[in-house]
Amino acid sequence: MKRFFKLRNGARRAGTVVNASTLRNTFERRTVVIGGIQASIAILLAGRMGYLAIAENEKYRLESESNRVNLTLIPPRRGWILDRNGAPLASNRADFRVDVIPDRLSDPDRMLTQIGELLGLEPDRITDLKTKVETTRGFAPVEVASGLKYEQFAALSVRLPDMQGVVPQRGFSRYYPTASSVGHLIGYVGPASAEEYEQDRNPILITPGYKIGKDGLEKQFEQGLRGVPGARRVEVTAGGRIVRDLETRDDIQGDAVKLTIDGPLQDYAARRIGLESGSVVVMDCETGDLLCMASMPSFDPNSFSDGIGSVEYAMLREDQRVPLRNKVLKGLYPPGSTVKPMHCLAFLQAGVSPEDTIVCGGGRRIGSRFFNCHSNHGVVNMDRAIAQSCDSYFYHFAQQIGFDKVAALAKELGMGQEFDLPVTSQFYGTVPTSDWKFNKFGREWETFDTVNASIGQGYYLASPLQLAVMSARLATGKRVTPRLLLDDPVVQPESFGFDPEHLAYVHQGMNNVVNGAGTARRARLPLDDVKIAGKTGTAQVVSLSVSDGRSGPWKFRDHGLFTFHAPAENPRYAGAVVIEHGGGSGAAYPIARDVVTFMFDPAKGLEALKQLERQWGGTAQERLERRYAAYAAERGAVVTPPPQRDEDIFDRVEAEARLEAEQTQEIGEAFVKPREDQTASGTPPPDSIVPPPPAEEAQP
Amino acid sequence: MSAHTGIIPEPIARQPWGMLIPLFLLVGFGAAVLYSAAGGKMDPFASSHLIRFSVFLVMASIIASLPRDFVRFMTYPAYLVVLLLLIGVEILGNVRGGSQRWLDLGFMVLQPSELMKPVIVVTLAQFYASLPLGMIVSWRALLVPGVLIALPVSLVLLQPDLGTSLAIAFGGAVVMLLAGLPMKWFVGGGLAAVAAAPLVFFFGLQDYQQRRVMTMFNPEADALGAGYHINQSKIAIGSGGIFGKGFNNGSQSHLQYLPEPQTDFVFATMAEEWGLMGGLFVLAVFTIILGWGLRVARASRDRFASLLAAGMTATIFFYIAVNLMMVMGMAPVVGIPLPFMSHGGSSMMTNMICIGALMMVNRWNREAPRYGLAS
Repeated sequence: MKRFFKLRNGARRAGTVVNASTLRNTFERRTVVIGGIQASIAILLAGRMGYLAIAENEKYRLESESNRVNLTLIPPRRGWILDRNGAPLASNRADFRVDVIPDRLSDPDRMLTQIGELLGLEPDRITDLKTKVETTRGFAPVEVASGLKYEQFAALSVRLPDMQGVVPQRGFSRYYPTASSVGHLIGYVGPASAEEYEQDRNPILITPGYKIGKDGLEKQFEQGLRGVPGARRVEVTAGGRIVRDLETRDDIQGDAVKLTIDGPLQDYAARRIGLESGSVVVMDCETGDLLCMASMPSFDPNSFSDGIGSVEYAMLREDQRVPLRNKVLKGLYPPGSTVKPMHCLAFLQAGVSPEDTIVCGGGRRIGSRFFNCHSNHGVVNMDRAIAQSCDSYFYHFAQQIGFDKVAALAKELGMGQEFDLPVTSQFYGTVPTSDWKFNKFGREWETFDTVNASIGQGYYLASPLQLAVMSARLATGKRVTPRLLLDDPVVQPESFGFDPEHLAYVHQGMNNVVNGAGTARRARLPLDDVKIAGKTGTAQVVSLSVSDGRSGPWKFRDHGLFTFHAPAENPRYAGAVVIEHGGGSGAAYPIARDVVTFMFDPAKGLEALKQLERQWGGTAQERLERRYAAYAAERGAVVTPPPQRDEDIFDRVEAEARLEAEQTQEIGEAFVKPREDQTASGTPPPDSIVPPPPAEEAQP
Repeated sequence: MSAHTGIIPEPIARQPWGMLIPLFLLVGFGAAVLYSAAGGKMDPFASSHLIRFSVFLVMASIIASLPRDFVRFMTYPAYLVVLLLLIGVEILGNVRGGSQRWLDLGFMVLQPSELMKPVIVVTLAQFYASLPLGMIVSWRALLVPGVLIALPVSLVLLQPDLGTSLAIAFGGAVVMLLAGLPMKWFVGGGLAAVAAAPLVFFFGLQDYQQRRVMTMFNPEADALGAGYHINQSKIAIGSGGIFGKGFNNGSQSHLQYLPEPQTDFVFATMAEEWGLMGGLFVLAVFTIILGWGLRVARASRDRFASLLAAGMTATIFFYIAVNLMMVMGMAPVVGIPLPFMSHGGSSMMTNMICIGALMMVNRWNREAPRYGLAS
């Protein structure tokens, strides 16, 4: 009890005795502590400030500068792409443009609808934009519209304060005067993809409105065409208001690329292909200059450069004539009879005399088997064999000298070869030999292989560019190499050392194809002083048992080919025309005739084209636009959007082209029985049908 | 304090010039900074800053002349009146700036929570001064002041105004500490506060307040969001370097990157243009003022007066410390202005009341240095 009491008492007096003096002591002590705390906080603050202002001064000065100064890159004007005479195939047009930056849009859907209304965009374009804005990474600006009129631009600009993330700009857009005629050759431009930016961390790539080459020469010469961006440094407030200009550096335009292409000829050839699907290549025999590399139908690089629209892409994808494929480089076709002059040269070199004859009895027995010819030619010598394209003659002599010798010459003349050209990709086809067949299929070379190959069928595959090179080399007897850049040095082609007499025999045969009793008499030029020499070709894509090559599904019809040089006596130009599924060579040589006519007499050539275009319903570009309008009206709502990356589009196109070439080779597994009457042509492909041009405005 | 030289009239000579001259320099410096913050104009900040200071200086000298007994007599009524005003804010308060803080009296807009900061100090000083000495270790010494503090603090929290309620609690707590309450209570209270902090953070704070606290720890993580203010303020201070970018040349403030360059972030505005030197000057002046305040408190032999003076010093200190830590990225953005430099009437009034009260105690000390023993 006592103890507890004591304890209680002790607890009560736990603290020392409290009186005025102890409290005063406590006060004094604690004020000292508080003063000390205050002083240490003052030192802490001074230290912190010293740290910020001295140790981190550099960092914060930079941050303050980057706050204050806004650096805007001025996209450089892209270098022009010029034809051989200095006329632009691709140039720049000053215009107004509107971009959006997806990350900065608060309500992208509503904003895009509003912009669409202001600018009067088509509904499907707005739908495309919405998809694109959803899927694009935040940093990349998305182009809404370019080539705007000043009024539209002004209407948008006044509403800008309410439109965060919308960037109107003055700038330049790429312009292709001849539009679809140069689509495959030149390519087009588009905003850099996220991947391209990963690879090349150049800030210009993500500058709104800046575009890089996406295909063709635009892609190939990207670095040179790009130029050096200008820069504008401005002082801005936190709200983004520009206080003053600090400094402006002008951009330096990219270097021009000068091509050997003849712009008007390219345009003419492209338009002349008309409703068909095909390509025209023309070369200068002396220099190897590629004057024309037309591939049609094509896309309009102007509209592709604004972004590939879903509707446009779907229309091009569905077209059987594969408008996205550059057929000059990536179309592979059995060369058919166009290789016959070359094969004759091989025979001559092997000792066959031009006057050696065989008897064509509607075909010929080679070994133990009878192989058909497309006609019964009777007694045939070399001249007749070329002019009338007698298959039996080639079966016989190819078998006699052996096809591997023929193939060696074919490779010399450019078949199966790749050329040193600034193009994104080129296919090099096949010159079948026994080794090649064994390596590829593990099977021995058979007689029917020689028979097929001797007339350019079977496994034989060539691109139009190779056919043109072959023509040029055969016309000159020199190793003419194709050249696409005008600034590249002209290499005087070395001679193959062919016997001039041999060449003369071959040339004579080719001359007779057109100007004698040959297969392409309608190819004769409507000119008095110039003659064209050439060779027709009809390439079967399926065996005769599947289709007769003329009627039936368009895809089964024969390709029509024609290789040529002009003037016949003293070759200056050489080239090739390939019309896919044209039904026969009759689809090809009239085009060659008109193209060469245009080269020597533009007025006359143009007149012929104008007449045709009236029947077809306008120029290629006009037809493309009308077809697009009709297609959009019909199927606009249910199209599949294009792949996100432009590269995917062309990878797909290329893969399909390879597959198709493989399929073409499949008929090589048996004798390809030639069909009779090879000159006849079928009707134009179904996809070429376009709605009629709008009628003249009716008077009320 | 100053010696009477005979040349200067006695009423002027006896003023605490050692504190007043640095204060005038600081206010003048503040006006210069505000002049720059307004884009090189006296209006709207600098001129009203100077006018307010003059007006409140008159008020401070009136306070300084109040007799001790009158002050002690008026303490509890004043506390009641301000508490009623706080309740009035809750009931009648106009909605302004997202929280109810102002009471429109017609002729002026009154922020009663500001008045409560000095009033709580006087009230607690009065309480402890009249508490029998032996009772300082009893629970009554804690309970009554606890209620006296809790009432205004919870009313201010309701507004909601975290910064001011912390200031009131801090002022009160410092007076309690100096009154001699057992240290273990403070240690226990501190531990309890640490334990309760997470609860308060998650359930007591508004969303925006939570974000502000979080961004204090990593302002750069969210440079365009909640951390923007702190970040821009650090950029302004850091880019100023040792000597600053020069008067009227601050890009952070002039181009509006710095939020509120004339009020809460006035120190950053100053530091950008005057650099570390300007900052050290400001810190030095504050050290002089607070040191003088503590000396006044210690010089007084009177329990009421010394508690009052120390509490007032603590209140000014709280403003300075929280504001400067905030602008340097060491405390969350709580909206507490910097005394004598920030543009704004309420804080100028509060701080000048504190200065006035300190001058008052200083006068009492001079008039009756040994007054305290008679109490």
